[in-house]
Amino acid sequence: MNYFIAFRTLVTKETFRFIRIWPQTLLPPAITTALYFLIFGKLIGDRIGTISGATYMDYIVPGIILMSVISHSYANVVSSFYSTKFQRNIEELLVAPVPNWVILFGYVSGGIIRGLLVGIVVALIALFFADIAVNNALITVTIAILTATLFSLAGFINAVLAESFDDISIIPNFVLTPLSYLGGVFYSVSMLPGVWQTISMGNPILYMINAFRYGLIGVTDIDIQLAFIITGGFIVTLTLFSLFLLHKGIGIKN
Amino acid sequence: MNALSIRNLRKTYNNGFEALKGINLEVEAGDFFALLGPNGAGKSTAIGIISSLINETSGSVSIFGHDLKTDRSKAKSCLGLVPQEVNFNQFDTVRSIVLNQAGYYGTPRKLALQRTEQCLKQMDLWDKRDTVSRRLSGGMKRRVMIARAMVHAPKLLILDEPTAGVDIEIRRSMWKMMQDVNQQGTTIILTTHYLEEAESLCRNIAIIDQGQIVENSDMASLLARLHVDHFVLDLAGPVATAPVIAGYQIERIGDKALNVAVPKEIGLNQLFSQLSAHNIKVISMKNKSNRLEQLFMDLIDSKPAEER
Repeated sequence: MNYFIAFRTLVTKETFRFIRIWPQTLLPPAITTALYFLIFGKLIGDRIGTISGATYMDYIVPGIILMSVISHSYANVVSSFYSTKFQRNIEELLVAPVPNWVILFGYVSGGIIRGLLVGIVVALIALFFADIAVNNALITVTIAILTATLFSLAGFINAVLAESFDDISIIPNFVLTPLSYLGGVFYSVSMLPGVWQTISMGNPILYMINAFRYGLIGVTDIDIQLAFIITGGFIVTLTLFSLFLLHKGIGIKN
Repeated sequence: MNALSIRNLRKTYNNGFEALKGINLEVEAGDFFALLGPNGAGKSTAIGIISSLINETSGSVSIFGHDLKTDRSKAKSCLGLVPQEVNFNQFDTVRSIVLNQAGYYGTPRKLALQRTEQCLKQMDLWDKRDTVSRRLSGGMKRRVMIARAMVHAPKLLILDEPTAGVDIEIRRSMWKMMQDVNQQGTTIILTTHYLEEAESLCRNIAIIDQGQIVENSDMASLLARLHVDHFVLDLAGPVATAPVIAGYQIERIGDKALNVAVPKEIGLNQLFSQLSAHNIKVISMKNKSNRLEQLFMDLIDSKPAEER
């Protein structure tokens, strides 16, 4: 059995799925983020001045790009895998000799690809508003891939455990979006009062956004190494938990 | 070699319902095997476990000698499943559904394309290859599922009520297709509620009821157990009462219709001569019920009502 063929089939299917519906998957983030740049960066940002030596527009660009990567990598896997469960075509995979890790990485790869494509689209839009010279390409690309991986895994777990369409919208609306906004997309965590700074340090998205911001414009509130350790730790934990769910068949069998 | 071997298979669901109570079953390679049972008997649970869609509580399943627990990949490679309900992505095209399934079985792209074309042509769906599957008729959707199940050339094909809800013409063409596939060497396990279908197609049969195998034999010897055939006779003229003829149980079921129970050891000749003697002219006759249906009901009904 050639597992690579099964993996490639799954990734190709997942990629064509969201490309086929590009007006729903790739166009909206371009419009939304263009409005962010226009309203927050241009109209309000000019009155704010600079943060850590960067213009406000330059400061918010990395956060907005990564916020798009987070929401779209998550949304891709949660909606795709839940639909697969709901329509019962998950049975196509369960009947076939496809190991659980191929199922997991197939869906996660689809999420990563969409997350990064949306990130590229948003970055291209950002070029109309900000003049960005990449500070460290390796850190920028690595943290973007790791973040997309982490939230694709989270989306996968959400989809596996979800029992209704409501269940797949609760986490993005009530957890993911607030954490993203509170992760320092529009402000430096050093601007917060002491207790809120401490609370913010418990938000993993803060580390990813700051690492990405460092990669792009060389500005960060946190230690970059710590950001990689936290992101990597979450990825390993969520991967093991996802494989456990698949092994037990929780949410997909019986 | 056995295509399928089930040993002491049990399944108890989380709500405590015991769907399978330790069933044992052997299906020989090349067989056309019927797995029958009333709704809720445990057929779908058994098929779910064989096809890895349901986790068993205990027991073992091996497919062509490959244990489903210890040699999972090889066991699954031998199996194709046509489920009861449509379970493909309704937004995908016919070709992509079949082609993707070949990919999940690790079939190289070039070979997968060839097999997809072959299976779709066999199912008479080649002209519909680029059609989005939700636009297909019910019969076509079933044939897509058969093509999908066959694209990796499985040695064992399980068809779970493949002809449910399709018209008689499609059903007959699907019978022919199943017979062709079986003659080409693929072992087939068929579940169906159309008992004439099982009687026409299958060589061996198991009947499952309340999580247990209540019958497992070849079709011919099972049917031989039927001692009485029931016929409905259409008469040329009306009769006021049913005639009394020794050896037969005759019941009037209409002005011009009789229901006759014919013991096999007596046969029909005597019946017709006696009816002529009573000035009763028979225009036509038909089997009251399918023979297998009669046996099936006998086996299922033999359980006390409180056990059912």
